[in-house]
Amino acid sequence: MSQIHVTTQINGDATEFLCEPDETLMDVLRDRLGLTGTKEGCGTGDCGACTVAVDGRLVCSCLMLGAEAEGRDVATIEGMATGDQLHPLQQKFIEMAALQCGICTPGILVAAKSLLERNPDPSEEEVRYWLAGNLCRCTGYDKIIRAVMETAADMRRAS
Amino acid sequence: MVKVLLWGSLADAADGQREVQVEAGTLRELLDGLGGNFPGLRAELERGVSVSIDGRIYNDAWFTPIHEDSEVVLLKRLKGG
Amino acid sequence: MALDDTKKTRDFKVIGTRPDRPDGIDKVTGRARFGADMVLPGMLTGRVLRSPHAHARIRSIDISKAEALPGVKAVVTRADFDAVPDDVADILDNCMAGEKALYDGHAVAAVAATSAAVARKALKLIEVDYEVLPHVTDVDAAMKPDAPVLHEGRQQETVPKGMSPNVIARSEFGHGDIEAGLAKADRVVERTFRTAATHQGYIEPHACVATMSSDGQGDLWVCTQGHYMVRNTCAAILGLEQGQLRVTASEIGGGFGGKTAVFLEPVALMLARKSGRPVKMVMSRSEVLRASGPTSSTSIDVKIGMTKAGKITAGMAELRYQGGAWPGSPVDMGAMSAFAPYDLENVKTIGWDVVSNRPKAAAYRAPGAPMAAFAVESAVDELAKGFGLDPLEVRLMNGADEGTKASYGPTYPAIGLKATLEAAKAHPHWSAPLGENQGRGVACGFWFNFGGDTCVSLNITPDGTVTVSEGNPDIGGSRASMTMMAAEELGIPYEQVRTIIADTGSLGQNEVTDGSRVTFAVGLATIEAARAAKREMCRRAAMVWGIDEEAVDWEDGAARPAGPNAGKFPPMTLKEIAAIASNTGGPIAGHHEVNAEGAGVSFATHMVDVELDRDTGSTKILRYTVLQDAGKAVHPSYVEGQFQGGAVQGIGWALNEEYVYGEDGILQNPGFLDYRIPVASDLPMIDTVILEIPNPGHPYGVRGVGETSIVPPLAAVANAVSAAAGVRMTDLPLSPPKVLAALQGRARTEA
Repeated sequence: MSQIHVTTQINGDATEFLCEPDETLMDVLRDRLGLTGTKEGCGTGDCGACTVAVDGRLVCSCLMLGAEAEGRDVATIEGMATGDQLHPLQQKFIEMAALQCGICTPGILVAAKSLLERNPDPSEEEVRYWLAGNLCRCTGYDKIIRAVMETAADMRRAS
Repeated sequence: MVKVLLWGSLADAADGQREVQVEAGTLRELLDGLGGNFPGLRAELERGVSVSIDGRIYNDAWFTPIHEDSEVVLLKRLKGG
Repeated sequence: MALDDTKKTRDFKVIGTRPDRPDGIDKVTGRARFGADMVLPGMLTGRVLRSPHAHARIRSIDISKAEALPGVKAVVTRADFDAVPDDVADILDNCMAGEKALYDGHAVAAVAATSAAVARKALKLIEVDYEVLPHVTDVDAAMKPDAPVLHEGRQQETVPKGMSPNVIARSEFGHGDIEAGLAKADRVVERTFRTAATHQGYIEPHACVATMSSDGQGDLWVCTQGHYMVRNTCAAILGLEQGQLRVTASEIGGGFGGKTAVFLEPVALMLARKSGRPVKMVMSRSEVLRASGPTSSTSIDVKIGMTKAGKITAGMAELRYQGGAWPGSPVDMGAMSAFAPYDLENVKTIGWDVVSNRPKAAAYRAPGAPMAAFAVESAVDELAKGFGLDPLEVRLMNGADEGTKASYGPTYPAIGLKATLEAAKAHPHWSAPLGENQGRGVACGFWFNFGGDTCVSLNITPDGTVTVSEGNPDIGGSRASMTMMAAEELGIPYEQVRTIIADTGSLGQNEVTDGSRVTFAVGLATIEAARAAKREMCRRAAMVWGIDEEAVDWEDGAARPAGPNAGKFPPMTLKEIAAIASNTGGPIAGHHEVNAEGAGVSFATHMVDVELDRDTGSTKILRYTVLQDAGKAVHPSYVEGQFQGGAVQGIGWALNEEYVYGEDGILQNPGFLDYRIPVASDLPMIDTVILEIPNPGHPYGVRGVGETSIVPPLAAVANAVSAAAGVRMTDLPLSPPKVLAALQGRARTEA
């Protein structure tokens, strides 16, 4: 099997890689590009731990082929902070203890960021349904939902 | 002499006695004494037990002192998760 | 200093506040390295071949074709392992099948290859000759005299003669006279309750990277709740001395008890030894569900008698748990904890440990207790409701207190059960109105909490920063708590302390992170290590001042002369003493090694409101409140987090989660789609109330909190659904088909 050459943008950086035709974007990110912030929880699109944004749209990277990233913009958790400045969501999650083991946190942050970009004033129900595809086993979701809503409020005040 | 409370099925192995007496000043002496006086208990002791002394639970701490009026209860080996 | 030197009533400066955790930034940026995030040069990928049969004799395994495949560097079967000590024999048998495959998914061989694709191909080339045998997966069926037998000769002397060899052990607990007690009751409820097996559901699959050099030294990177346990178990299985194997704990993506055992690790080390290269092994989600350590499925008979005034006159339970294919279900802890919240004159519990063709059960947060509490709390609820009594009042009337002889034997010291019940009564949730198709349930829960082997080394740098080295992987935020306790004890700011989880080469031995033990035991050792460092720093100050070391005290982060007679010297801060450490004898440290005892038991009361959909049988959680005794909450946010996480796991266990086995003994739902854990849209906020009844066995009064919160929810939710449905629910999970059947059954009897 010969590998496919892919040209793409990852977190704003022009990136090229080779991958097998059947390799997922998740495997490419983790094993070829060393971007291990995106996690594998299930490999079948059921847990959301591998969530990334492709051209601004949330995707389970385990359900997308690496080759499909050709010509697209991929945003992972590694691109969420700017230099040493955390994104408000990242900062709030730490302050409000919205993580325990942290394995689901990258996927949840990527998903929550996408929500707030579309809807700066989500209700609790809207946040819960938006994050329904991101499984967390440690927190019971309470502090996560609170952190997202408080960040939304902070960001509205700041704008 | 120290009074030791045995749980139900362990009592069966000690001639039906729920409460037995053992000469012991430490946890190790207690377990050795029980095994010595009641051969039927040896299998369970070898499998491992936890011991409650005055409400505190001990595993393996041989030289934990036991006083004559201590409340001593043998428990199944406790493990968490 | 005595361990009982409690400072429960002092004004804490750091304890009880909510600082940022030290690993927070790494975790929110994706920098934190979990089990599968490690790469080493020349690393191979390891994969496991698993039995497709629930029960089969392995006649032969031919690995020659796999070995010959280009890219394959090692193939391992049980034949590669020498005989092992008895205490790890079952563990090895689970990690790599010997004579028999004992469950669907049981490992029978493994390969290490240059890529995952080659490894997958190699597995297909391994030829296993199976003689398929009849299987049994249900606990009651496995006890029948004609059930297929898994092992001969493992039955303990406690089991009556004539029972199936699958019945491994029987134990009995309690005191008093059950028959006499039941005779005094105005009503006796007698019911059988059943629970399905569930999985801890950690989002991170098992993962490790193993290296073994030709001189017998090994290195292992692994996500685990106990890297010292991993070291000791793998050393025993591979015939190494413990000091030859150095294990480093990665960050861990959830454990809940399921990562207190080894599954891949001995195999990865063997593959590394045979290939001479590092080997990475990661389980897929279906492997995690099929072949790691779920809970027991259970069948429990309960018989409880109550007077119409609400007094429980006798309580009895017979518990049957299957622990997978090897002995060791947590039935004993279920039997001991079942009636623990009650002060009973007459109580008896019987526990049966049974094997069946399922994966070897591992611990899951208060192992054995949630199922037992489900059965007992449901029956108590039925009795209370039958007499028109308030379920909280009934529990207060019969509740255990300081001085109560526990159902499992010892007398309780100061405990918090009644405090949680009183707080529940006073909580607005209890008096909130309910609507149509809605029901409210309450239940109490108990857990023992443990201590165990613990080492902490506290080291001070020349610039006065403090590093706490401990050996317990952080699964709930414990590094923050250790940092807080060291800062509190030393009287310095939180930011001046850093806590790390040291590898197995750095400390002697540490019990796994389980039993809700870390904040208690590692905290206690951290405090003692800090005290040792303080004594040393006082000694250094005394040297500098030319006075007796007895004349120096430590207060507010500095050494001070103990009294006016000691001399007029300005205080020396920790930083100042650290700066002259080399001049006064050398670097300063404190350490403490202990088999910690005196862990305090903890109690909780949970309250939940549900709403049933009469058309679909689906249950919605409307409101949930956790009230639990934490002894002393070191970092309240993380205590709340434990309460909420445990409650939600319990909700999943009560409503949706179950292992479904087919007639063929094969697991039907080994994925997160059909093994349905709670998602964000299933739940409301989880309210928490932290009670603090100090544990006399800890310097700050700390009790474990991690496990108790999973004990009440099964019963609380079942009581709520039973109230809403008007039918007693006895079979978990309360999935929509079951609730619908109950509603329709009731409609039929009423029609």
